[in-house]
Formats: sequence, C-alpha cells, structure tokens
Amino acid sequence: MTPGDRKRLRIGLLFVAPWLVGFAFLTCYPVLSSIYYSFCDYDVLSRPVWVGLLNYQDLTSDGVFWQSVRNTLLFNLIALPLGLLTSLALALLLNQPVRMKGAFRAIYYLPSLVPAVAGSMVWLWILNGKLGLLNQALQAVGIHHPPQWLGDPAWTKPSLALVSLWGCGNTVVIYLAALQGVPRTLLEAAMIDGASAWRRLIHITLPAISPVIYFNLLIAIIGGLQVFTSAFVMMGSGGAGPERSTLFYAIYIYQNAFEYRHMGYASAMAWVLCLLILVLTTAASRVARPFVHYQGD
Amino acid sequence: MRPAPRLVVTALLLVGAAVFVLPFVWMVVTALKPIDQALSEPNAWLPRRFAAVIGGQDQEVRLGPLAIEPGVWGRIGGAARPVLLPAVAVSGGLWHPAAGSPVPVVVLKPVPASLVAPWREVVSLDGLHGDILPARSVRSWISFRWENFPLAVRSMRHFSRYLANTLILCILNVVGTVLSSALVAYGFARLEWRGRDRLFAVLLATMMIPFPVVMVPLYGFFRALGMVGTLQPLWVGSFFANAFNVFLLRQFFRTIPRELSEAARIDGCSEFRIFWTIILPLCKPALVVVALFTFLGVWNDFLGPLIYLTNEHDFTLALGLEAMKTSESGATEWPYLMAASTLVILPVIGLFLAAQRSFIEGISVTGLKG
Repeated sequence: MTPGDRKRLRIGLLFVAPWLVGFAFLTCYPVLSSIYYSFCDYDVLSRPVWVGLLNYQDLTSDGVFWQSVRNTLLFNLIALPLGLLTSLALALLLNQPVRMKGAFRAIYYLPSLVPAVAGSMVWLWILNGKLGLLNQALQAVGIHHPPQWLGDPAWTKPSLALVSLWGCGNTVVIYLAALQGVPRTLLEAAMIDGASAWRRLIHITLPAISPVIYFNLLIAIIGGLQVFTSAFVMMGSGGAGPERSTLFYAIYIYQNAFEYRHMGYASAMAWVLCLLILVLTTAASRVARPFVHYQGD
Repeated sequence: MRPAPRLVVTALLLVGAAVFVLPFVWMVVTALKPIDQALSEPNAWLPRRFAAVIGGQDQEVRLGPLAIEPGVWGRIGGAARPVLLPAVAVSGGLWHPAAGSPVPVVVLKPVPASLVAPWREVVSLDGLHGDILPARSVRSWISFRWENFPLAVRSMRHFSRYLANTLILCILNVVGTVLSSALVAYGFARLEWRGRDRLFAVLLATMMIPFPVVMVPLYGFFRALGMVGTLQPLWVGSFFANAFNVFLLRQFFRTIPRELSEAARIDGCSEFRIFWTIILPLCKPALVVVALFTFLGVWNDFLGPLIYLTNEHDFTLALGLEAMKTSESGATEWPYLMAASTLVILPVIGLFLAAQRSFIEGISVTGLKG
C-alpha cells in the first residue's frame, strides 16, 4: 500500500466508523450471542448455562411451537396473495388516466402510515362482534348471525389479514412507480397490432414489472412471517387469541423471551425463523425465477 | 382510453377509496359520540342530543331503549344497566316506582300492548324514578361531543409524558440516523479505499437479519448497561447508522457528479468539509426522506418500547394507547379509545399531507432499488 492508499483508507474508515462500531456492538455481538444462547438455558438474570441441543429438541416436541408455525403459515396463505393481488389491482387502476389521481393515491397510501397500535384499535372496534361497523352493516343487509370476527378461531386469521390489507398502500405505490417505467413504445406497438387490454397486461405490463412483483413477494414473505403488533394489540391472552388461533411465531418468541424468560428457547426459535425465511424465500425464488424478466435480458 | 372504461376505472377507484377511508371516518365519528350512543344498537352514524318538554321545562334527556324485541329496554338516568320498561311506557304517562330525584327516560320504540310489565325489574332500581316519554315529544339534533378529546387525554393519565417521550425519541432518532447514515453513506459512495466494496456487501447482508434474532441479546446488552426502563435503548442505536438508510443515501450520493468533489479537493478542502458544505446541501431531498421515515418509524414503533419501557410513567404514545385498552373498569370506553387513536394518527396524517411528494418519491425509490 502506498502512503496515499493508506491515507484514503484511513479517511474512508473514519467516515464509516459509526457503522463499524454499530456493526460490532449492535449486530455482530447480538448475532453471535444469539447463537450461543440458543444452546443455553438463559433467563437474563443469571449466567447462561450450556445445554447443547436441548432447546432445539424441545422445539420439535412443543405442540404450541408447531401451532405457531401453522398459524403463521396459514395467516400468510390468506394475507400474502390477498395483499399482493389487491395492491397490484389498485396500482393498475391508478395507472390509468383518471382524474384526481393524486388524491386517490394519497387515500390508498395513508393507512399504511398509520401507527400499528392505533390502526389495530380502530379495527378492533370495526370488527367488534356486537357493535362493530362490519357486523352492523351485515345485519342491515339481512345477515342475522354474522361471524364473531375476533372471537371465533375460524375467523381470527382472515380478520387480521383484512387489517393488514388496509396497509397495502405502501406496495401500491411501489407497483405504481414500476408501472410508470413500462416502456410506452411497447404498449403502443401492441395497441396498433390490435392486442386487447388483457393481452397487453399479460404479455407486456406484467413481464415488465415482474422484478418488482418478485421484490414485493420476498418482502411480504419476510414481513409476514414476523407479524406481531396487530395480533398482540387486538387479540386476547397476550396476542394468542381464542384457542391460540393467532398465536403467531413472533408472538410466541415474545412470550418465551419476555413473559416466561426462556431467553435461550426464544433465541433457538429466532434461528429457526431465520431458517424458515431462508427456505421460503428460496422456494419462492425457484418458483418465480422463470417468470421474472430483467430489462436487457 | 375510451370514455366507458375510464368511467368504470373511476367508479372502482371511488369504491376502493371509500373502503380505505371508512375506518378513519368510523374512528372520528365514534370519538365524537357519548358513550351510551357508541354502545347502542343499531349504532347511528352521527351523535345526537335529545331534549323534551318535561313538566313545562325544556330539558335534555338521555336515549332510552336498546330495542330488544318484544319488550323495550331502557337506560334510566345514571343507572349502570338497562332495565326492562313496562308496557305502560307507550302511553307516555308518569311512573314512580320509588322516591328520589326524577331522572328522565326516553322510550323511542313502542311496546306491544299485550306485554305485561315485569314491575319487579323496575322496582329493583332503588331510588330511581323517571318520566317516560313517547318518541314524538322528543326533539333531537346532531351534536358532536368534542369534550371526548380532553376526557380521553385525561383517561390516558400520563398523556403529556407519553407525548414528550415520543417526541424526544423521534428527534434523537432523526438526528442520529440522518447524521450517522449520511456520514457512512458518504464513505461508501464517494471515497475510494481498499475493502470498501466488500464492507458494503457486509452492510447489505446485515439487512437480512430478522429482528427476533438480535432481540434477546440486545435486551441483555442494554440490561447489563442499566438502560432497560429508560428511553436510551430506543435511541442510542440510531447514532450508529442504519444499513437501509445508508444504502438509500449512497444511491443518492452517487448521482452527484465527481467533478464537484475533485474541484473542492484541488482547492484544498478537507473531505469532511466537502461532505458537509457541498454534498449534504445537494442531497436535501434524500435526507428529508430518511428523516421522515425515521420519524414515522419511531412514532409508530410498538415492539421496541414494549420490550424496554417497563414503567407506566415512561411509556410512549403507542404503548399508552395500548394500555388504555386494557386498563380502566374492564369495559372498553370506545369513544375515548377512538379519540386517543385519532390524536395519535393525526400528526401522521399532517406530516404526510405536508410532505406528500417526499413520501411517494421515497417509497418508490426504496421499492425499485431495494
């Protein structure tokens, strides 16, 4: 290294120093200790005691753990396609030449900014079994025994999916930005060739924005597996809900860590979550790859 | 596009917009209702007040029946629970089951004459009696109960503390994140040094780590430092640059022509001065985006305060709002809860309307390039 190189290195490191310190203490150290704790019996108050694979073995035989995995996957099976399709549909509509586009975009986007706790409160009230807006509306149109959205284990997951759907505006705006990048020349050429709107959508628009659909899919999987606040705020028994139907993965981690003080067990769960995210995103990539077209391909 | 499809598109968008706005409307409308009207069935859209001439005097009356067929349930004055009113109620005649000060009762639905009054139900309400009025003698008008807002603030008890805590956290996090992320992003975007790109790859990789992985050790770490129960764990980290924001700012910094820095360097400017006086002012839009999203992230955060703030006095607004749901007499006071929710949401809406363009651009950029 020449003296000039060394000087540049010093200045460069000086600029990124805040991140380096943070990386050491707020990322590296926690990640490494999390691995260690996952092999320990640890309650924060006393020193961790090495127990080997015990936490992981316990996980395999913990019925509640498996229930939390099932709950989380089932919830995502509803919420994920619903969210991605609705936001894509809204973005396609918003991409048409309509009046007051800005106002519409603002209206769809705003709920995604609302604090999760406040939004959950509002939905708690809307979905109230007896006095809620939804059930009163259903009764008004002649459905005399509408579901107990938050009280009936069969309906709790769809209800929370509905709540998460309200916040899809974020995704709408991302789609909308992508749609504005679809080459006009291609669309116009297809129009002159007499392609219908549907064919233009399938053969030009969707392939053109496929990288963004893929990106949104991955983000939705990663976020969906960590769903926490809406269930924690809206559902009884610490977020678990009736018959533990909304005991999601993140809720169970939280309970283990901060209610039962099973920090080692919670750490093991966190690493299994990592694995789960890895497996699902890889699987999604495998499935999606053939359909994703990058410009220039 | 032909006019017909355009009409369909607009109609669909309008319907969708109505659905998205409805929760806000329902929240605000509920926030402005008296409690008994929020809990009545069917729930009217707008809060009303009622008055009638009783004994020659025009006075305000409370809404009566909760309308359960075939009888009529009424709420009498300050009674805690509704009581079944006798059939005679339709006649509008007076009724004195016991001695005491008169409390007006309104019956808006007629009772079938065949129904015999279960007098015992009424008599059990010791000390209460009231006038029973026919619906047609009652006037009503729409009236919003603005008092619910100060009442909600009071029922949250430490509202001003919560607000102050939340604002302190927002400001510290915004300052910390913007400063540190800009510095680090500059180091990665506009300086050439050995190992830079490899280190940047590491930074990107850290974005993949899910929060639950670091949650437990971070708690232990801050606990060992004696910071649990204080606001510190919730802002200290922001001064050590956030990977996502570094990435965002780096993308922006790279769009500024190299020549600008080169010229300043030849003039003998230090690297920090170039950063501070040339690059930063040019990157204001990107810095605003980072500041806005940081502010909102902190304002909206729930899990962080939930983990670290143990004392009710030190809560943030999000935690205080959640606590409001569970506390009190057990019954949820929906109008107050909705009023408090409105107060927590309002600044977010205000911020969005004031900086709409930055929001939309920010989200588009992060989505496309993330």
